[in-house]
Formats: sequence, C-alpha cells, structure tokens
Amino acid sequence: MADSGSMKGLTRRDLLKIVTLSGGGLALGWVWPARAETNEPAAPRSPDPFEPNAWINIHADGRIQVRLARAEMGQGVMTSLAMLLAEELEVGLDQLQIEPAPVAPAYVNYLLGEQATGGGTSTRDAWNTLREAGALARTLMIAAAAQTWGVPESECRARRAQVHHADGTRRLTYGELAATATRLPAPSSVELKAKPDWTLIGTSPRRLDTPLKVRGAAHFGLDVRLPGMLYATIARCPVIGAQISGWNGQAAHAVPGVIDVFAVRYGIAVVAETSWAALTGHARLEVECRPRVNTAVTTERLHSRLRIGLNGRAPVALKEGDVSRALARAALEIESVYEVPFQAHACMEPMNCTADVRPDGCDIHVPTQSPAATRETARHLTGLSAERIRVHTTFLGGGHGRRREQDFVQDAVELSQRLGRPVQVIWTRADDLQHDYYRPMTLHRLRGGLDAAGEPVAWFHRVVGPSVLARRDPGRLRDGIDSLMTDGAVSLPYRLPHRRLEYRRADTPVPIGLWRGDGHSHNAFATECFLDELARAGGRDPLELRRQLLAESPAHLALLDRLAEYWAAPVPEGQGRGLALVEAMGSRLALLAEVSVEDGKIRARRFVAVLDGGQVVNPDAVRAQIESGIVFGLTATLKGAITFSDGQVEQADFGDYPLLRFDEMPEVESILIDSDAPPGGVSSIATPAVAPAVANALLALLGRPFRTLPIRL
Amino acid sequence: MIHLTLNGEPQALALDPATPLLWVLRDHFGLTGTKYGCGEGACGACVVWLDGEPVKSCSTPLSAVEGRSVQTIEGLSPDGRHPLQLAWVLEEVPQCGYCQSGQIMTAAALLARHPRPSDEQIDAAMSEVLCRCGSYGRIRRAIHRAATPEVQGG
Repeated sequence: MADSGSMKGLTRRDLLKIVTLSGGGLALGWVWPARAETNEPAAPRSPDPFEPNAWINIHADGRIQVRLARAEMGQGVMTSLAMLLAEELEVGLDQLQIEPAPVAPAYVNYLLGEQATGGGTSTRDAWNTLREAGALARTLMIAAAAQTWGVPESECRARRAQVHHADGTRRLTYGELAATATRLPAPSSVELKAKPDWTLIGTSPRRLDTPLKVRGAAHFGLDVRLPGMLYATIARCPVIGAQISGWNGQAAHAVPGVIDVFAVRYGIAVVAETSWAALTGHARLEVECRPRVNTAVTTERLHSRLRIGLNGRAPVALKEGDVSRALARAALEIESVYEVPFQAHACMEPMNCTADVRPDGCDIHVPTQSPAATRETARHLTGLSAERIRVHTTFLGGGHGRRREQDFVQDAVELSQRLGRPVQVIWTRADDLQHDYYRPMTLHRLRGGLDAAGEPVAWFHRVVGPSVLARRDPGRLRDGIDSLMTDGAVSLPYRLPHRRLEYRRADTPVPIGLWRGDGHSHNAFATECFLDELARAGGRDPLELRRQLLAESPAHLALLDRLAEYWAAPVPEGQGRGLALVEAMGSRLALLAEVSVEDGKIRARRFVAVLDGGQVVNPDAVRAQIESGIVFGLTATLKGAITFSDGQVEQADFGDYPLLRFDEMPEVESILIDSDAPPGGVSSIATPAVAPAVANALLALLGRPFRTLPIRL
Repeated sequence: MIHLTLNGEPQALALDPATPLLWVLRDHFGLTGTKYGCGEGACGACVVWLDGEPVKSCSTPLSAVEGRSVQTIEGLSPDGRHPLQLAWVLEEVPQCGYCQSGQIMTAAALLARHPRPSDEQIDAAMSEVLCRCGSYGRIRRAIHRAATPEVQGG
C-alpha cells in the first residue's frame, strides 16, 4: 500500500541498533557517535552497551517499555510523545510502560543540542524520530509473523501489540514475536502511516499522568525518599554575587533534628533528619554578608544603565532597505520606548535536588529540564566517570526554563559527597524567588515612519539588555548579537520595506536565564504595541493594518481571518479590545484580548487565541498550553516584577510577588487551525502575546499607550 | 503525645507540637501527596482537611490537631474515584500537577458544603490556591461537572 503512507529512508539508519534482551525480548534504538560540539561522551561501555540507548523494549512476556527522554513539567509530553510512538507501533497507550530515560546520546534533543527539554522543542524534535522508531518495530513484528507463518507480509496487519493474519484466525503478540524479530535484518526504510489512517495523532486521549496527579501519587523532586536520606537547606548571601562573610550557627544547631551546620560553596548549609528541622535551622541562622560588590544595585540604577544604551552606536542584527532615509521622507514619524522588568519563574515546586554520592557511583533524583547537564555537573564535582552517574528525572512542578540550571544540583551533590549519605536539598520560597536566573530587564526604542496614507514605511527597533547567551552559551553570540535577546524582533512577519534591528548589550550583575518564550516575551510587547501605536497615529484599524502588512503571507492572514468576526463584534461598554500576533518555534498565534477597568484595577476578561501550530498531535494538550501560556503571561503583564535595592531582590514571597489567582482567570477560547505541516512548538507561544494584546486593549479603552510592564494605570 | 485520626486511622505521635502538620504528613507518615509550595499559607498547595474543613497544613501546628481528624489527598477516596477526581480526569485539569492536591482538597470541601456551588462560591473557595500552569478554567468546569449524575455515579 505504497499510496497510503510515506516511505521514509531512515536518515539515521547507520545508527539503528536492534538487540536481543535477556529472556528473548527486543530492544530498538539508535546509537549516536560522540559529538564534539555538545561534549556528549560516547556511548558508555558496560556489559550491555546498547540497552540504555533504547527507545523501545519489547519483552518476551509482552511488556512494552518506552523511554521518555523529555521532562514532564505540565506540557503533556509524557502523553504526546508516547502517542507518536504508539501510533506507528500499533499499540494502545494503555499497553505502554513509560519510564524516564537515563542520560544517553540516543536521547539528545537535536533542536537544543543536548538531552534537555525547553523552548517548545519536544514534539518537533520527536516528530520523525519516535514515529520512525515505532514504525520500525512494527515492520519487524510483521516480518517476524510473516516468516513464522510462511505467508507474505502483505497478509499481516498489526493492531494493539499483536500481528493478525488475513485468515482471521492466526495471531501472535509482539512479545511472542520479539525473539524472531531480533534475528531479522534491520529494514532500510519504513512506511509511516498516512494521516487518514491515524488513530491517535490528532486525538485527545486521556493524559497518562492525570490519574497519578489527582491522587497525589505523582512523584516530584521533593517527594523522593531514599534510605538514610538527610534533608538540607542552604542560606545564601542576599546580595547578588556576594559571599557570606560570617555566620553563627548555634541557634540553628540547637534545633532538634539538626545534625550539622557548615559552610559550603554557595552559602551555609543546615543538615537535618527532617525537612522541617532543616527549614527551621535555616530560619535561625545568623548570617553576615559584608559584600564588597553590588551593594549599590537598585532597579533605578540598572534602569539608568540600560537607558544609556538607547542612544549611541550598537551592533546591527538586521538591516533591510534604508531606515534613516525612509524616516526622513516619512509624512509622520513616531518614537516610543518600552520597558520590560526582570521576572522570576516562581515554579510551584521550589528548587530541589536529591543526590546520593558514593565512592563508586552517584544517583541524582531531580526535577530537571537538563539531565545531561546534571550528569556533567556531578561529574565535575565528584570526579566520577559519566557512566557511574545516573540521573533520575522526576515529575517537575513547573519548569519554565528555570530547571535548565544546575545550581540546585550543585548543592545536593556537594552535600551528599561531603556527608557520605543521600541528601535532599530544599530551597525555600524566598530562596527560590531571590536566587533565580531571571527573565532579563530590557528597554526597547522603536521609531516608525508613516507615509501620507498612514501606511508604515520604516521600522527601527533597538533592544537594550543583558546577554543571556553570554553566560549560558557564549559560542552562540555572533558579532555582538545575542539571538535569545533578539528572537521575535528579527523575524517580523510584516512587510516593512525599510527595517533595522539593533541589539545593545548592557550586562548587569543580576543573574539571568531562560524564561518561557525567551526573547519573544519582551520583543513581542515592544513590536506589537508599537504597531498599534502606528495604526493609531495613521488612523488605521489595528487588525486591518496587520492584514495589509501581511498581504503576501496567507498563513498569517488565515489567523486574522479567524479572528475577524470577534474583532467586528461590538465591544461591550467599558471594555477595550486588543490584538497581538506572535510567530515562534515553528508556530504562529493571533491573540485577541478583552479587558476592562473595574475599581481602578485592570481585569482581563476574555482571550481568543487562534493557533497555527502545524500538525496538532494532541489538541486538548495544545489548548491547555494556550491557557497556561496566557495565565503565565498575564501574571507578568498585570502583577509584580523582580526589583532590587541595596543589591538585594526585594521580593521574598507570594505577597511581594503575586501570581494570577483563580477569581482573576479570564475566559479563554482557543481555535486550532488544521494543518499538515510538521508540528511547531506551542508551550511558550501564547505567553509573549499576552502583554501586547492587553496593552493594546487598554490603549483602545483609555486612549493612551502603556509602554511599561507590569502595566499600571 | 499527640493523638489524631489520619485518613481514618488513629495515630499517636511524640513530636514537637509546633511542627507544622505539612511536615508531619510528609516526613513522618510519608504522605507526600500534600505539597510544600511556600510554607506560609500563601499558595494552598498544602491544603488538607481538619475535621472536614480545608486548612493550610503548612500553617497548622501539630498541637492544633490533637484529638481531631485529618484527611489528605491519599485518603480522599479509597480508589481515586471521588467525583472530583473523576471530573478532574474528564476535564484534564492538571498540567504540572504540583498544586492539584491542594486544589482538589479545597474543592472537595466546597462540594461537601455546597453540592451545587455557584461561580461566586467557587471563586471564593478556590482563590485560596495558586496554580502557575493556569488550570483555573478547567478547575471551574470540573467542579461543576463533579455535581452531575455522570460523575456522581462513579
């Protein structure tokens, strides 16, 4: 049935391995060579060097094990990635045993260059790999059955982990076929199922993690319990970048259950027999911090430092046409400056890690987005070889980019090594908010020119802010441009004949990192708000102006067309309506916001999101990600920010750093565009659209622009 | 010695009476379904029932529990088929899931008092529990759905 599916020559065929498991089962996966650019070590040498690289193990007793190589942090990968594999393998989701993958080269996320989860890459990276893996295993099972029965393969069909013969009587389970299948030659190509034959992709099966999560039975990092385990907290110097100069641990030591108090690399550790004793000791520590650095850091000073960068020369990230000339010739020129603050991640599960370092090996149980980096961190600290370090990824109580970092891993490994026992390091909420790697503060200067008809002809955008790549991945800085800081500002979908984008790096002492949507989260605010300001200056309707600037882009127009009726409906009295468009991670989204002001307080009442995210694997999971992205974005739009005085973060709890509450939840309607394109990322596409959609709605309602986040009336 | 009933079983403990119930549950009884989110009663991830009323266990000292009955997510139903748990599955409420024990225990207490709660009653009860993933809309739908015969029948 060559016309029903697509034959795929396996791009990674030379790396394919099929081996026999003890008991006669079959394991299938890929073996990657060492990759110098990611420092991935070669496959570990062990008695069975292949097995850890397997995606699928089909055991003779019928068990089908699948390795989940991405972190389940709420985005639903446990279900969605299993669906990709199960679709082609012809098994039910209920027939799979899903286990977290260890660290191994086979599990590298090629879009991130390491075994990690983030940036809306999981489904995109797995789209071919996991379907091919499933199809390969299914092909082998069918071949094994055909050989066993002495019939052509065309008379055999796979369904629910069995191969059935066309005679309607003969059938063999995958478990029964596994031993035969391992002796067959590996296929050089596989036939992926055609879209009309899909039974899982495009449906919303019950999420596999939900039953655990409604019973309190899902194990997060803080739920790890190892025999002989101790609990620890670490007090850090509150001044960023400074060291503790003196401390008194007497009161902490006196807490019943506290075993020891001592200095570690990043602060003063309190080690105890229980979580509560460790937390009580932490609260009773007297810590002196006489920093020589950063004591004068305040939000105002940081702001001033960035402000200097609004003028003068700066590296050019993009240049099309001649902006200066076009601005000089424009009938009208406007200029605006947008301000975006530092933001924390505030994952509901505070940072934590449990390590068990022994002379001969190390186990790390951790809610991490970066298990490979975790292993590397432990290797550096312990001197153990990589194959002696096992990383066990738990469920993550939120990630949002924070759990790509390694600080909590360092804490646990250092303490366990020193104490010779398993140690769970618990960060308090205050530790979590005050020692984060924040979404960077940025300033944006935009200048736009309109012609006599009110049409934008020139667009200048300068992004000013610290560099995230400078710490995380300096090799990716190009000519002074940090792509994580310009993402979303470079690839504007609008037709603007004269356009220039500059990035002026202005580093600050504040630790910064990845945050849901990264550069898009600040750039979309500036660009989509400025577009509405241009529309207003030119007397144009925001949706109509966008339509005109997207005239040559049918995919974007389709999004706006789906919003047109919502846009055209009368705006309820006392409400404003605004729009924003974001393109990121292979997806594009148009978001409509309806807001009101009640008792001097901004209330987001409703959002309508139209998403073109390529082929939708799991529609309900995608809708959940839109809802999630909107709530995350709304907190950053309307609530607090991370601010500094005397070199210290001023926020320490949910009173200072409030999150959107239940009674503030807007109505959310999601429209998913049907598409045959490969899946795009969806986990962070809605977040960047929220601030500009809300600000634009307020501009419409109140007649004045809102250029600073969080928005204050 | 402090006596309490935990998920229907009588228990006695010789612990510092100031120990928050949260850590008694997690560290002494191994009931890790109740979560630590802030430790100061601001997020609600640690909500359990005390004599049927929702309380934040991180801010409830063990001394306040003497002679009383504590119910946690693990004790909400014997088989995970409380109407709210069924409704939570049908609406696919959880994302990361970390706050969900607190959400469900809070909602279950609300339903015990108001079998068919209004949106205002739901707002008042549920605004005590934070969710960073934005599952609020689905929580509202699940609470309404839990009151329907489809779910009530198990």
